[in-house]
Formats: sequence, structure tokens, C-alpha cells
Amino acid sequence: MKKRYLSTGNEACGEGAIRAGCRFYAGYPITPQNELIAYMSRRMEEVNGIFIQSESELSAINMVFGAAAAGVRAMTSSSSPGISLKQEGISYLAACELPAVIVNVMRGGPGLGNIAPSQSDYFQAVKGGGHGDYRLIVLAPATIQEMFDFTYESFALADKYRIPVMILADGMLGQMMEPLEFDEDIQPSGIVEKPWVMTGAKARPGGSIKSLFLKGDSLEQHNEALQEKYRNITNNEKRSETYKAAGADIIIVSYGTIYRIACSCVDKLRQNGIKAGAFRPITLWPFPSEEIKSTAKKNTQILVVEMSAGQMVEDVRLAIQDDERIKFLGRMGGGIPSEEEIVKEVNRLVGECRRGDPCVLS
Amino acid sequence: MNKKFTKPKSMKDVTTHYCSGCGHGIIHRLICEVIDELDVRENTVAIAPVGCAVLAYDYWDFDTMEAAHGRTPAVATAVKRVLPDRLVFTYQGDGDLAAIGTAEIIHAGNRGENFSVIFVNNGVYGMTGGQMAPTTLLGQTTATSQFTRRAEKEGFPLKILEMMAILPGVVYLERTSLYSIKEILQTKKAIKKAFQSQLDKKGFSMVEVISPCPTYWGLSPVKAMERIEKEVVKEYPLGVVKELAG
Ligand code: SF4
Repeated sequence: MKKRYLSTGNEACGEGAIRAGCRFYAGYPITPQNELIAYMSRRMEEVNGIFIQSESELSAINMVFGAAAAGVRAMTSSSSPGISLKQEGISYLAACELPAVIVNVMRGGPGLGNIAPSQSDYFQAVKGGGHGDYRLIVLAPATIQEMFDFTYESFALADKYRIPVMILADGMLGQMMEPLEFDEDIQPSGIVEKPWVMTGAKARPGGSIKSLFLKGDSLEQHNEALQEKYRNITNNEKRSETYKAAGADIIIVSYGTIYRIACSCVDKLRQNGIKAGAFRPITLWPFPSEEIKSTAKKNTQILVVEMSAGQMVEDVRLAIQDDERIKFLGRMGGGIPSEEEIVKEVNRLVGECRRGDPCVLS
Repeated sequence: MNKKFTKPKSMKDVTTHYCSGCGHGIIHRLICEVIDELDVRENTVAIAPVGCAVLAYDYWDFDTMEAAHGRTPAVATAVKRVLPDRLVFTYQGDGDLAAIGTAEIIHAGNRGENFSVIFVNNGVYGMTGGQMAPTTLLGQTTATSQFTRRAEKEGFPLKILEMMAILPGVVYLERTSLYSIKEILQTKKAIKKAFQSQLDKKGFSMVEVISPCPTYWGLSPVKAMERIEKEVVKEYPLGVVKELAG
């Protein structure tokens, strides 16, 4: 039976994890994700799971490493500065092919920054924030419902591919309250056998989980295997969505909370006779390059809007391969691009185009 | 009667990469003997450090994983919490445990995590070329204390067991060595006691083994053992540092 709740994103995320069968959580307090660690301290007790408030972020991510190696679904969460500290452990998780879920409720940076919403950890999340050639699956929710749904799904993805999955949300999504609905009887999905776990060598030789490859070209081979897996994920797991994008003259590309603002801008602009649409990457890695390319056809203008100095815009440029058509609007340090700012910018760009710039409108 | 040399069941039949006269091989073997005697090979999960002993899984025939440098006790904490009925131990050197992983070891001990730690103190970073460790003795020359370790510049040798002793969650701490047959047997006894106390669910246990690194002490294997007996144990006295009853 479906039940409706009013929930913060942080708590929706925690409940999504519990419902996915996550039974190990380690974390460290940091704003704006404190509701999540507090929620987990209660819920883990209720479901006979393990909750540890660790002495540091370094310790938390390495506890997740140990829990994943022992075979349990495990998660940690933090916000930007804390996620920086976790990068070492994330690199080891990726190298050892251990499934785990890491939640980043982003705040303004660099450094201690502030506690306002931000999207300035995009590079860190999708380009591999730690050392070495590796990738994470990165899911970007835009609603409280998706905070639940994506976290729930991320455990199955992590297990399926033996890869760390990151939920990349901005501070708004962490603390905002919205209706949340899920089936009371929802069960964990995507449960797989894990013959590789370290639980004691019963009737077999001793096993190991390791990321050190010293002999010959064994490390290159290990990397080849990782890249093969990443190609497989790229072919199968890309997700995106569009809003009134068919035949649009200008498409606003954004993710997370900004996509919701972009959609209402589209409606406003269309009322004023401007054929605007919106595109949203849901997986930031793998990035939906072909999807954005086929949505933004030849003469379509593109405006990328982010709460950063311009990070995802680089992936849009790589996908489209036509920089003339791509413009950027961003706010930094906790600033949120407003509907007025976005509408004004679209109007300006459309005006420019009408004056005969390369961005020809149909 | 002829006594034949045999390997413990838990030990793989391979040659280790350790330098001649290194203590790691002896300690590896003692651990395996204890695991055989307790009959827990199939129930053991070990966590290897970053350092000379990182390849321990090449020599032990039970489940062993690597951890990032110093994070070993954090990994062990999770493994033991998830698998409370397994024997879980970390094997750590002085760089791993007493430098980069100081926070992890103290907090694991303070939480009273029910796993065991084999702490190999040889006073230098072996794998990276014999640099100064927090445990290096005053007056000792290393790659990074070329004018010897001086208290006023490099601080004092760090006594981890004495620090850990004040934590209520820590139940058993003993310092042993390898410089004589008697000491080697004592080390084995201590390891067994630590493992047994874990199996009895008593709490955090740690054995610090003063071990030779002939290569970076610039001594022969025999002279290295003599140095431990004459010099090192003066700074790091052997014996039980803490043992809670019950
Ligand atoms: S460098 Fe020292 S600790 Fe490392 S293997 Fe050689 S003797 Fe042993």
C-alpha cells in the first residue's frame, strides 16, 4: 500500500537507503546533511543495522569499505568539504570494485565556503575526485521523491556493477520538505550473489581484496577491465529527461533543483511566444551526450544553467561540439539563479540571435 | 627423534619478499600457528597495512584485504561489526598505526571495538626506504633524520600502548619482541591471548611486537636482534601494559 509523507530530502534519502536493504551507515556531522546522519542513527537501530558516527570522514568512508567487503549494503553521506576528505577512500572503493553509496549534499565552496546550496562539486563527482583512472555512477535528484527513489535504486546499481555510486544533491534538496510517497512493503531490489566477499575462507583458499598490482602489466590489465566496465555502464545506464524540448529554439540544460526552475522558465517564455524547452541529465556520469545532441538539433540554442562557475557546461560542449550555440549562466558561492535571471538571459540570447548572430533561430 | 620443519596450515607454501633477518616473516608464522591452534582459519578476516607487510595476503591462506594507509582500524571496525563471530585482526606497522592512522587506532580502541591489532614496531618506514617513524629512537639516524632524531626538532618516540592503556574500551595490551627464542614464544602467547580475548568478546586487544629491520638499521640480522635487546627495549619496555580481568 502506498503511503504519503511530508519529508526533508535528507530523511527521504535515508529511508530510501533503509528500504534498499542498506544495513551499514557511517558518517560525520556536517551541514546541510545533518538530518540524514541523525535519521540513520535512529533507523539503523530499528532495523537491526549498524550505525557508526565515525571520528572523521576518512574513517567513515573506510568503514564503508570494510562493510562492503564483508558483503553488506553500505552508505555514507556528507557535504562538500567532507566529501573532499572521502576522496582517498572512494578511489580505493573504485579500485577494489566494492559497491557502496556516497551521498553529497553540496554546499558552497571552495574551502569551508558556506552552508548554502551549490553545484560546484560536479567536476569532483564526475571526473573522479580522487587519484587514478576511475568513475562513479552519479545520480542527480531534483525532488524529495527522487532523493528517496534514486537512493533506493543506487544500491542495486552499485551491486550490479561493483562500483561506488554517488547521489549528488544540492543543499536545497537536503533540507527542503515535500510530499514523499512509497509502497510500505517495498523490498530491496537487485540483490546479487557476492562470491568475492571477505567473510572467512570456508572450504576454499584464502581470498583477498586489494588495489596494489605490482607485477608486470597487471595494473594496466586491471585498468583495462575497469574501463570495459565503465563502457558497459555508459551503454546501459544513461538517464535524462526533457520538457517541451521538441522543436524548441532554445533549450535550457540543467540538473537538480535548477531543472525545476528551468521548467517554469520554459512555461513563462512560451507564454511570451519564445519556443523554449529544457533538458536534464539525470545521470551526470555516464553523461547523456547522445541524448542531449539529438534533443538540441542543428540550430537550437543552448543555455546551460548551474549553481557553479560552469562545470557541467564542459560536458555539454563535448557532447554538442559546437561552442557557438552554447551559452552559460551560473551563480556561485550559494547563489541560486532565479527565474527572472534565466528568463532575462534567454530573452537576451534570443534577441541577439534575431540580430543575426550565428545562433540562427528557425 | 627428528623434528621435521613444517609450515602452519594457514600459511601458503611460498617464499616471502622480506629481507633476510626481517621480523615480519616470524610474526606472520606465529599468527598462522595461533590461527591453526584455535582452528579458526575459515573464520578469519585480516586487514593488511600499507608498508612492507602489504603483501601479507600472498603468504596467509585466509581472507585478507588491504586498507588505505592508516585506515586499517576503520576497515576492521566495520568488518567486525558486520561479522561479529569472525576473528578479525589488523596487521600494522609503525607508519600505518602510529603516524598516519593515529586517529583511527585511538577511536577504534575507545569504542572498544572487539578486534585485535598486531602492531609491528621496527622504528622506521621500511617500504619507502628507511625514513624516520614516530617510534624511531632518539639519536637514531634514518633517511629523514640524517643528523639523528633530536627531541627538540623531531619530538619523542611515541609509546602507543601506554597511550591506549587509559582508554576504558581497551582490554588487553602487551609488548613483546623477537630477539630470543623465549621472546618469540612469548610473542606467540600474547597473540593467542589477544585472539582468544576477542573470541571471548572482551573488547579491543593489541600486541606490539618490537621487530628488527636489519636493512634500514644498517645492521646484520644478528646485530639487529642484539640492538633490540640492548637498546630498543629500554625505550619500549616489554610485558603486559594492560589486562582487564573478566
Ligand atoms: S625493509 Fe625492513 S621491515 Fe621491510 S622487509 Fe626489509 S627488513 Fe623487513
